[in-house]
Amino acid sequence: MTLRPTTGHRLLAVAALTPLVVLAGCGGDSDPEGAGSGEEVTEEVDVSFLVSNSESEVQTAEALAEAFNEEHPNITVTIETRPGGSEGDNIVKTRLATGDMTDIFLYNSGSLLQALNPEQTLTPLGDQEFAGRLDDAFVQSASSGDNLYGVPWRTAMGGGILYHIPTYEELGLEIPLTWEEFMENNRVIAEETDKAPVIQTYEETWTSQLFVLADFHNVLAEEPDFAEQYTANEAKYATSDAAIRGFEHLEQVHEEGLQNEDFASAGYADGVRMVATGEGVHYPMITQAIGEITANHPEQANDVGFFAQPGDDPDSNGLTVWSPHAVYLPQSTEGADRDAALMFMDFVASPAGCEAQTEALGQPSGPFAVEGCTLPDDVPQAVKDMQIYFDEGRTSPALEFLSPVKGPALEQITVEVGSGIRSAEDGAALYDEDVRKQAQQLGLEGW
Amino acid sequence: MAYPAWFYLPAAVVYGVLFIAPTFASFYFSLTRWSLFDQEFIGFGNFVQFFQEPALVTGLTNTLIYGPITSVAKVVLGLLLALLLTSQIQGRGWLRSVVFFPVLVSTIGVGIMFQALMDPRDGAINRMLGVVGINGPGWLTNPDLALYSVALVDVWKGVGLATVIYIAGLVSIPREYIEAAAVDGASAWQRFWHVTVPLVRPATNTVIILSLIGGLRTFDLIWAMTRGGPGFTSDVIASVIYKQYQAGFYGLSTAGNVVLFVIVSAIVVPLAWWLNRRQVEY
Repeated sequence: MTLRPTTGHRLLAVAALTPLVVLAGCGGDSDPEGAGSGEEVTEEVDVSFLVSNSESEVQTAEALAEAFNEEHPNITVTIETRPGGSEGDNIVKTRLATGDMTDIFLYNSGSLLQALNPEQTLTPLGDQEFAGRLDDAFVQSASSGDNLYGVPWRTAMGGGILYHIPTYEELGLEIPLTWEEFMENNRVIAEETDKAPVIQTYEETWTSQLFVLADFHNVLAEEPDFAEQYTANEAKYATSDAAIRGFEHLEQVHEEGLQNEDFASAGYADGVRMVATGEGVHYPMITQAIGEITANHPEQANDVGFFAQPGDDPDSNGLTVWSPHAVYLPQSTEGADRDAALMFMDFVASPAGCEAQTEALGQPSGPFAVEGCTLPDDVPQAVKDMQIYFDEGRTSPALEFLSPVKGPALEQITVEVGSGIRSAEDGAALYDEDVRKQAQQLGLEGW
Repeated sequence: MAYPAWFYLPAAVVYGVLFIAPTFASFYFSLTRWSLFDQEFIGFGNFVQFFQEPALVTGLTNTLIYGPITSVAKVVLGLLLALLLTSQIQGRGWLRSVVFFPVLVSTIGVGIMFQALMDPRDGAINRMLGVVGINGPGWLTNPDLALYSVALVDVWKGVGLATVIYIAGLVSIPREYIEAAAVDGASAWQRFWHVTVPLVRPATNTVIILSLIGGLRTFDLIWAMTRGGPGFTSDVIASVIYKQYQAGFYGLSTAGNVVLFVIVSAIVVPLAWWLNRRQVEY
């Protein structure tokens, strides 16, 4: 399952629909410089760009469009928005299938990309000049068959535990390297303070999946070929000792009463607030939440640290990583629109593009996947904490970037396990059942 | 004078294109693995898959709880409210509008409003209960309670329509029957049970059929309030189907709709026949 926040800032979405100011400027006779990969476009072109309506996504898209327009005054990028989550998946699939897609669009890489039938719907980009600038891990997750289909959007993200540094200092706690040490810390927090040791926010169901998904580095450490076997219908969550651990962690945290009291009705924004202000101490989350913290709780930005979800073995401690989302070019985009779209994608995958994205976001939440893009020096503490894992090479991709098989109901199942409605074993078995449908829909061998 | 048959043509074309064709297309697509990009004929595979769906048992059970309880509650409350609103009380016209008003509000709006009211900590309901010292439950977050909380809101929203149907039924009962029974010495309860209830049966039948069909295929209120959660505990068939559709299993969800169609017909058609047969003619 994939993580997609679905912040519904409707007003902002409406604002984003308002077309950007057209800087007509020098018009048709301009001769834009820069490394356009398609044919140079000299006439007035409008490129439509579909993104989800989450606040930070719209802001980033607008910043990119504006920066690009300054370099290429004849090309205007117009942002359109769609809902997030499964509702948005549906819109993307339907518009692609009917040939009604915008000129370019933003979407997940990894297993969700496979569900779009890229061979039939998207334009391959492997022969473009910018393809050479992209990080290998990203290229793998934005490819289908032998073809690359997207350019990276923002940065890679880590999945792990955000924690409240002042509480750790106050209680003299150490960063845990094993799950047992983590639970020990939780028990100390529960005894010594009235803070919630583990923050859970099931009002937004996607946030419930982290203990399972971010455990994947630990699964791979024990069973290095889990992903291949999983795709081939040979390995299962319920029957793999390593893979079921994530479900068991979730169950244990609930059974020991370590969650915040309002875990069933709290939402993502509540979780971010709790870990920033210290109402809660651990929030299992992807690092994109760092952006929300710097935006909404700027004073506390350096009170929040980050560590990878610990497993059984301290020696194999490491981070589960999500590839960046990507910008795609549907086959229905042709002619001058296509050339202009390629120029824009070239810009997105360039140091200037990274800079525009960093400016819009305030802070990047992980390393960029484009050669020549660097992080600013003043990143928040949590990003520094995460960077260490990348520098030391202690990372693994999340399962959705190694296998196209994923089920749609994981987030409901993890809510049930985390609320004590269903046991860990039962939950894992139910998820194994759930992925079968997706595998069959993709026509994979052996299902 | 008979009109020529081709006068029917315009209506037939509209009906055929907008109703018949999609219906038969959906029967066909329910037999395929369909990704919108391409389809593969897999016979009854989707139906087999749909019946193996783990959430289906919960969904089916919940549907069979939700449909009848909302239906019965609307019948009982609707009749009582209608009796009250046809009696000589002050502000009758105003009260009638008040009772009917929730019917006019958008279901999604009602759902979102009650989601806020039923919030376990900050919701108005639990705040009020807190004032009198009761620790209110998690209306929508307690897995044992969520479905019933939604059903309660459904009744609140739908009872106005049942009331209006009953008011129409009650005022069409001639006063003479009730007066004659009173002269014969029947008590108020006897007059109600032996005269009013049998004579208002056509209205009862309409309310039962309408609310039962509505309850069995309910979706919008559940989706707005709980999205079938927590977990799968308040899923109904329609929300199970919707989630499959969202996940991109178009063939599978179409098969689910065919199943829902069959279930609703299998319950409602015999029920309608049975209710109408028992209708009393005086």
